[in-house]
Amino acid sequence: MKLKPNIAVSESGFVFNPATGESFTLNPIGAEIIAKIHEGLDYSEISEWVKKEYTTDEATFERDFNDFVGQLKINGLFEKSKNEEKA
Amino acid sequence: MSISDKKRYERPMIKKMEAGVPNKFGLRSEYTPMQEIDGVSIKQLLKDYGTPVFVLSETTIRSTFQKAKKAFTTRYPKVQFAWSYKTNYLDAVCKVFHQEGSWAEVVSGFEYDKAINNGVSGKKIIFNGPDKTENDLVKAINNESLIHIDHLDELYLLIEIADKLNVRPKVAIRVNMDTGVYPMWDRFGFNYENGQAWDAINKIMRSGKMELMGLHTHIGTFMLSPNAYAIAASKLADLAISLEQKYNHKVKYIDMGGGFASKNTLKGAYLPGTDTNPSFDDFAESITTALLNANFKSDEMPLLILETGRALIDEAGYLLGTVIANKRASTGKRLTIMDIGVNILFTAFWYDHKITPAQPFTHYTEETAIYGPLCMNIDVIRENINLPLLNKGDNMVVHYVGAYNMTQWMQFITLRPKVVLIDTNGTPHVIRENETNETITSLEKTPQHLSSFNL
Repeated sequence: MKLKPNIAVSESGFVFNPATGESFTLNPIGAEIIAKIHEGLDYSEISEWVKKEYTTDEATFERDFNDFVGQLKINGLFEKSKNEEKA
Repeated sequence: MSISDKKRYERPMIKKMEAGVPNKFGLRSEYTPMQEIDGVSIKQLLKDYGTPVFVLSETTIRSTFQKAKKAFTTRYPKVQFAWSYKTNYLDAVCKVFHQEGSWAEVVSGFEYDKAINNGVSGKKIIFNGPDKTENDLVKAINNESLIHIDHLDELYLLIEIADKLNVRPKVAIRVNMDTGVYPMWDRFGFNYENGQAWDAINKIMRSGKMELMGLHTHIGTFMLSPNAYAIAASKLADLAISLEQKYNHKVKYIDMGGGFASKNTLKGAYLPGTDTNPSFDDFAESITTALLNANFKSDEMPLLILETGRALIDEAGYLLGTVIANKRASTGKRLTIMDIGVNILFTAFWYDHKITPAQPFTHYTEETAIYGPLCMNIDVIRENINLPLLNKGDNMVVHYVGAYNMTQWMQFITLRPKVVLIDTNGTPHVIRENETNETITSLEKTPQHLSSFNL
């Protein structure tokens, strides 16, 4: 789970992919999670942090996190894992 | 950190910024929540009456009716509304319109009996439609109802009945015509341009068996052009004046039917119906100007009857529902499943219904397709709508659903919900109970040889 190194992320929730020229907006929690991913935190660390800061539970966040990461992948913002490259 | 110190959770979202816009006015985002109807909490309505639930505002029905009535009565001396039962024939709804002074306009024996049971005098029932049985006609004749003849077979049957009963049925003919709007509705009634209407009038007048009370037209549905009504009114007025010249017979009324557009937005429209669809004043101006400009003597203006249904009730109806699940299409597009299906929201086939959340959200939105709960591919409530980041269990309000949904709904897979009317004091009343399995199975019969099996 690693953002591509050239992806620019602003604190205000603006994402720019210079390789494709595509821009994205994030909501505040999305921006915070991207920053955590950028820092190298894994899912369980991010989940602990979100549950401490926000009114949510493990099941809800796990579902939403998977969906969010899926969107980051679909939009080409993540490095492909070795398995994905092989595929 | 205690729960109260925590921030309100919203699911994380990333949205691609598109270079172009899908339509020149942009997509409207519906994130302003609607939390009350006439002062009654939507959450409470859902708690008390279940989800989904239809809610009707009596205050809105009455105020809309008053607005329509004022538009016509300030322009024309004699106006009568007749409530279109097929639009919404729940007894409570019909009675609100009858209390406001509306007659009843029915199109079947079932609706006719409903109007009688609601206490409407037979003389104030207009009986339209192509399917009137002999029994229906006898009943309507005996009650002195106004029978609007749709076809020649009905006309001949009426002559037969009139002979048999030795009574003079009170009739009108339905006239279809070219008003410049296509497709032209020519399947109901007699055509103006090709002489069918005159032929029917001649048969009625020469038979001497019926009393020709009026002329009726109904030029279409969800009409967006008031001018078409002006053309229709002029043609009916010409027919009435020619009738007087030829037979020295004055019709008592001209019935302009209904078909006025409500505030809904038709699929494919650029702008919302609330901004673009004609108002009652627009329709009234067209119709009354055409009648006032016709060659009626000023003291012999015919009564103007209006049968508008949709425009009088759509705005008063809401459908409250709940998000069942969120998922993604293979393309990554957001899909939201609600407990509202096209079986109870039939009008989703025609309109891009306005849908708003019933609880506050942030201003972040995403493009979503809203699907219903039916296991059917056609069960689409909105193909594209910008909505806040909905979660399972969130409540939504579908607007402008008062017309046709509570008459054209289908019991399919699931059971139809309650209908609640909020009275003018803000008190909710159940005006139609939800169905139960018993409601459905009580009509079924199982032959003896199918009563048992071994699996």
